[in-house]
Amino acid sequence: MKKNLMEHIGEKSPYQDMTPGGIVYGGGNSTDVRTGDWRTVTPVFHPEKCTHCLLCFPVCPDSSIPTQDGKRLDFDYDHCKGCGICAAVCPLGAISFGEKEAEQ
Amino acid sequence: MAYNLKEWSQRPERFAPGHRMCAGCGSPITVRAVLRAVCPGDRAVVTSATSCLEVSSCIYPYTTWEDSFIHTAFENAAATCSGVEAAYQAMKKKGKLDQTYKFITFGGDGGTYDIGFQSLSGAMERGTDMVYVCYDNEAYMNTGIQRSSSTPKYADTTTTATGSRSDGKVQYKKDLTKIMAGHHIPYVAQTTFIGNLKDLHEKAEKAIYTPGPAFLNVLSPCPRGWRYETADIMKICKAAVDSCVWPLFEVIDGKWILNYQPRHKLPVEDYLRPQGRFRHLFLPGNEHLIAELQANVDARWEELLKLCGGN
Amino acid sequence: MSKRDRLSGNEAVAAAIRQIDPDVIAAFPITPSTEIPQYVSQFKAEGRLSTEFVTVESEHSAISACAGAQAAGVRAMTATSSAGFALMHEMLYVVASDRLPVVMAVVNRALTGPININNDHSDSMGSRDSGWLQLYSENAQEAYDNMLMAHRIAESPEVMLPVMVCQDGFITSHAVENILLEDDEAVKAFVGEYHPKDYLLNPARPVAFGPYGISAYYMELKKQQTEAMERSAAVIREVSRQYGHMTGRYYDLIEEYRMEDAQLAVICIGSSAGTGKAAVDELRGQGIQAGLLKIRAFRPFPGREIAAALARVKAVGIMDKADGFSGSGGPLGAEVRAALYQAKASVPAVNFIYGLGGRDVRVDDFYNIFGQLGDMADGAEAPMYRYIGVRE
Repeated sequence: MKKNLMEHIGEKSPYQDMTPGGIVYGGGNSTDVRTGDWRTVTPVFHPEKCTHCLLCFPVCPDSSIPTQDGKRLDFDYDHCKGCGICAAVCPLGAISFGEKEAEQ
Repeated sequence: MAYNLKEWSQRPERFAPGHRMCAGCGSPITVRAVLRAVCPGDRAVVTSATSCLEVSSCIYPYTTWEDSFIHTAFENAAATCSGVEAAYQAMKKKGKLDQTYKFITFGGDGGTYDIGFQSLSGAMERGTDMVYVCYDNEAYMNTGIQRSSSTPKYADTTTTATGSRSDGKVQYKKDLTKIMAGHHIPYVAQTTFIGNLKDLHEKAEKAIYTPGPAFLNVLSPCPRGWRYETADIMKICKAAVDSCVWPLFEVIDGKWILNYQPRHKLPVEDYLRPQGRFRHLFLPGNEHLIAELQANVDARWEELLKLCGGN
Repeated sequence: MSKRDRLSGNEAVAAAIRQIDPDVIAAFPITPSTEIPQYVSQFKAEGRLSTEFVTVESEHSAISACAGAQAAGVRAMTATSSAGFALMHEMLYVVASDRLPVVMAVVNRALTGPININNDHSDSMGSRDSGWLQLYSENAQEAYDNMLMAHRIAESPEVMLPVMVCQDGFITSHAVENILLEDDEAVKAFVGEYHPKDYLLNPARPVAFGPYGISAYYMELKKQQTEAMERSAAVIREVSRQYGHMTGRYYDLIEEYRMEDAQLAVICIGSSAGTGKAAVDELRGQGIQAGLLKIRAFRPFPGREIAAALARVKAVGIMDKADGFSGSGGPLGAEVRAALYQAKASVPAVNFIYGLGGRDVRVDDFYNIFGQLGDMADGAEAPMYRYIGVRE
């Protein structure tokens, strides 16, 4: 897990703790922001139906379909906003979207 | 080398999750695809104009960018990038930097077609070694869907409101890709999200790795502004391409190349119908407006076919 | 070892730039600063400058490219005047708040309305709240010296703020004077190298500049910025002291000319100080205890130093080469009065608006001013401000 170089800064931090000019050190620390909390509909991955064509992973606006060695993994529910694009794009029905699922 | 999405999928993700763009936004799809084209060993400095992308991707104290990033203002992303690239040249010449960096600027159509046009033109004309990527969502979305010169004719926006006295935007969309081709830069391309993103990925790679200035215009639908079903973004892009509203082409060293000709050219209605911003065109009595749009699409398509000649 | 030469203000600044040899210069021509980028081009063509020269298509792009280059990790400079300077206004705030130590040469010229190419201070005064340090030069020598000190001041870890070095358009920029230049090696050693802690082209640690700062953070970042400006005064003094040690030419935040026992004083910025000093000498010869206070560093504003210098003065003429159009006078008028007020020094003061749009400033104007100050010292009422040198 990559260290968030900015994690000591929050909305209660005194001005002395601010980084000069508001510079943000490091990259990609937005992973600490749980945009998955935005979701009202949750996609569900059915790996048994998936052939790993990978049509879904690049059209996820939120980089929430991680892949490994050319195969997709389960959703990153910390960040998935439930837009449904992946489900619409899947040719094999390996992603269901719109059923009443319990929040992960 | 044949396109292989699985191989592309193994490249590191350069645009982290946790940004605040709307669910279903087209912009991050563009960004992820373009950044994926940077070779894993190379680094990037990303510049962005003030835009949905910028305010959502870099909110203090967070950044979604794995690479270095700079935002300064709205109209000057290309100029800012120009300065970064000059610094790179200086450091390279002085032996202060071994690594390879690529310079990629993102702007919405507002920051590219309109307020940012001058600085884009300047940076391209000066031969800056960079890629400018316009994520074209056809209006000033960040401030609430106001018209830009990229907004299509008859689109309903908050500054081209439709009503009994107005059919929406009065002017046709400006052809920025053609204008950039007129800068005689080495690589210009128009693309969007189709299928396995071959078109977008390969064009991004060419743009990034062609020395000198390159320009990519990527149609990036906005579910809020265009008012279509959020999940249907890929259908919208496909309809845009198959109706020839948004042709896929490249201009490589001045040679126009058409990348895709639809086997069955869709009527423009098929593209307009799913979008709420064109809903008024389907009211009875407005058929002539659609006919007008069709005639324009056809004329522009013919023009493009001629430019691309036998290529 | 200083070398004698004869240069105009623009040539002097260009000479300094050549010696500094910044990594990137992005500039756009505008009278009367145009010669500076032209000299850059010429020096480059002759192989005397290694700078990457970006011939941008506007001044807004010039300052934007400088911001990009400086954030990327190198020294970036530009030069401009008047409308071009005003076009940069939005970005001046960005450069300062991003804490980028860009150095800019400003050749002061009146802002349009009507368009005018001659000198006054309305351009740089118009952005006095942008967070940049402002050093004003009386003559070509000062312009040269200020340019050589600017980077050390800007890049000090205590400061990390951009600096503009100003000189009067045409009056200084185009007038040839005797000047002492330092040799290339001495300048190189003095200016040193730029070693930013964080920068875009740092492979070890990527960074993001220019985030969206929500209300929960904006004010804290501004507080940091304002403290940097406060600390810059001491840094200006220290760098100036070291520069004096190297060259024999010592500078401070202000210059006091015959102020020790002055009863009547004027305070001004730029080339008019030279004219004023001649007037002071003449008046002294007539037995009038006249003195002149010249502001070199306007930002940070040396309020305490000004109040201390004026403490025993019977009347002061605060001279502004720009009208703030507040109906109450110009920027110096407001800020000097504020400093006097804070110091509880109730010195009768009047703000003179002079020299607008290149209106000649003569020794006679200073006699006029000192005459009025003499009346004020004797109890005459004075308005908040008045124009001097205008036909009525």
